[in-house]
Amino acid sequence: MAVILLIGLIGVAPPTHVRAYDTPDDGGGSIMVEWHLSQDDAILDGYEIYRSNDGDVYEKVGFIGRNRTRYEDSNTEDGENYFYKVVALKDTLKMYSQASQPVMSSPQWFDLPKLNILIACVIFGGLILYFVYHARKGKELYIRKIAGLQAIDDAVGRATEMGKPILYTTGTGLIGDIATIASLNILGEIAKKCARYDTQLINPHLDPIVYTVAREVVKESYTQVGRPDAFDPDSVYFITDLQFAYAAAVSGIMVREKPATNFLIGWFMAESLILAETGASTGAIQIAGTDRVPQLPFFITACDYTLIGEELYAASAYISKEPLLLGAIKGEDLGKLIIGAALIAGSIIGLLTKLPILNLFK
Amino acid sequence: MKKGLPLILVFICGILGIIQYFAPHPVVQDTDNFFRNNLLKILAAFALVLGLGSLLKVHMDKIKRKRENWQYSWVLIIVFIITSIIGLFGGVTGEGPLPTRIGSFSFDNQTIYDNVIVPLGSTMFALLAFFMASAAYRAFRARSTEATLLLASAFIVMLGVLPLGDRISPHLPSFAQWIMDVPNVAGQRGILIGVAFGILATALKIILGIERSWLGGGGE
Repeated sequence: MAVILLIGLIGVAPPTHVRAYDTPDDGGGSIMVEWHLSQDDAILDGYEIYRSNDGDVYEKVGFIGRNRTRYEDSNTEDGENYFYKVVALKDTLKMYSQASQPVMSSPQWFDLPKLNILIACVIFGGLILYFVYHARKGKELYIRKIAGLQAIDDAVGRATEMGKPILYTTGTGLIGDIATIASLNILGEIAKKCARYDTQLINPHLDPIVYTVAREVVKESYTQVGRPDAFDPDSVYFITDLQFAYAAAVSGIMVREKPATNFLIGWFMAESLILAETGASTGAIQIAGTDRVPQLPFFITACDYTLIGEELYAASAYISKEPLLLGAIKGEDLGKLIIGAALIAGSIIGLLTKLPILNLFK
Repeated sequence: MKKGLPLILVFICGILGIIQYFAPHPVVQDTDNFFRNNLLKILAAFALVLGLGSLLKVHMDKIKRKRENWQYSWVLIIVFIITSIIGLFGGVTGEGPLPTRIGSFSFDNQTIYDNVIVPLGSTMFALLAFFMASAAYRAFRARSTEATLLLASAFIVMLGVLPLGDRISPHLPSFAQWIMDVPNVAGQRGILIGVAFGILATALKIILGIERSWLGGGGE
């Protein structure tokens, strides 16, 4: 009671050292306000933030709880001057701080905290391009064998011998998913094999854009191997854009058409297991591949071969044997080696710095 | 020209996609937004028409040639026409000129979606439980060292999250958690590092026109 009475008589201390500055590394339209806590912070309701264009008339722009020293005003006009005051609030009592120096927001052209990512991209991108350049000069590159990709020829051959179709699904990803793009690259190579061996290809789709691209990819592949007449436009088709309706439809195709080989390569979610198990039950050879870690165990369990993560991206180069593409894989491998070395070095340094003996040197 | 133009477009859009990640300036973000949202939406609308055209063509062909189970194609085409008419003239929730209610029975697009599509999707999703059981049986058959290790770790993890695990040994839940947090996460991160490099390399190869499989091959 006595405290309340005292507060009523002398008020509360205002926050001090109010500082406003343009929010760094943003697209503009935002100003950051900082202050030192009021001496009576412990009993406050919080802080109100006031803004003015001319330093005379202030309007409230926000409220933040006590023990906070920062507020982002994300509703400013770029190039306009603003003054800020921070108000310590206790019930109906308000104590205004001194006004901040005028400040204006502006957009930045570069997000500085992302500089490390840019440097890493340049280094690893440079490595990839270096090996592509070497491959262009005809240097022989060794690429380790990937079982799943080596089995592709056998899988296509099996379908040809059995006179049964090959089912290829790019999953439920959209064209913006890089796994879908990698899958389309592989589809192109498999379509060439199908065209050469005159094997029927079934390629159902969930996304209309992916369908349109896939159709062109398959058509061009047939043309590339000199079999444009063998391309069946109805072999690549759109089914639905609903995940489980798509899973039901593809499962139905597996059961009815009984393809000799199922390729489940691309971006998958929960439908991965439905498709892989249905395919396994029909006795088809199954080659799966995805970069979605949660779906990998399902594919590994239910499929004969699985392209794990990066193998999906290496597949098109591996199948086509084009030196330029193989050069990129070599660059990836060196990048991983550098990351691996950095992780080991970091772990060793981390362990060493925790050794009790180091306390002696402190 | 047939391949040159797509390659130029991919190069411009790809470089813009990289720049927008590092440059927060509205000029860059708005341009990217225009490509990513507005232009892609227009493309998607055209692609949807092509997609639906393909769907109908495949099923019409099936009916024409009386292929196996051709009768079901009629179901698809009839339902397609009915829902299209309801959607186009009745609106999503029945606000269009076409009446979508007879007494208390409503058949607007939203009702069809809520009462047909959603339960059917849920049914498919529920099937996962059975598929998971058969996949688990397949995975846990201890035929090799790896499969035996998988079986053992799965057994420990499953036991660790059950109240029974704590009764067997108070260390079991924390050991199960350690398996999930350390070896499991280490494996996942290893895969993710490889994926990140794969994405970087694939993106570079496509942007620079080295990878042209998406155009139907590497030829000129």
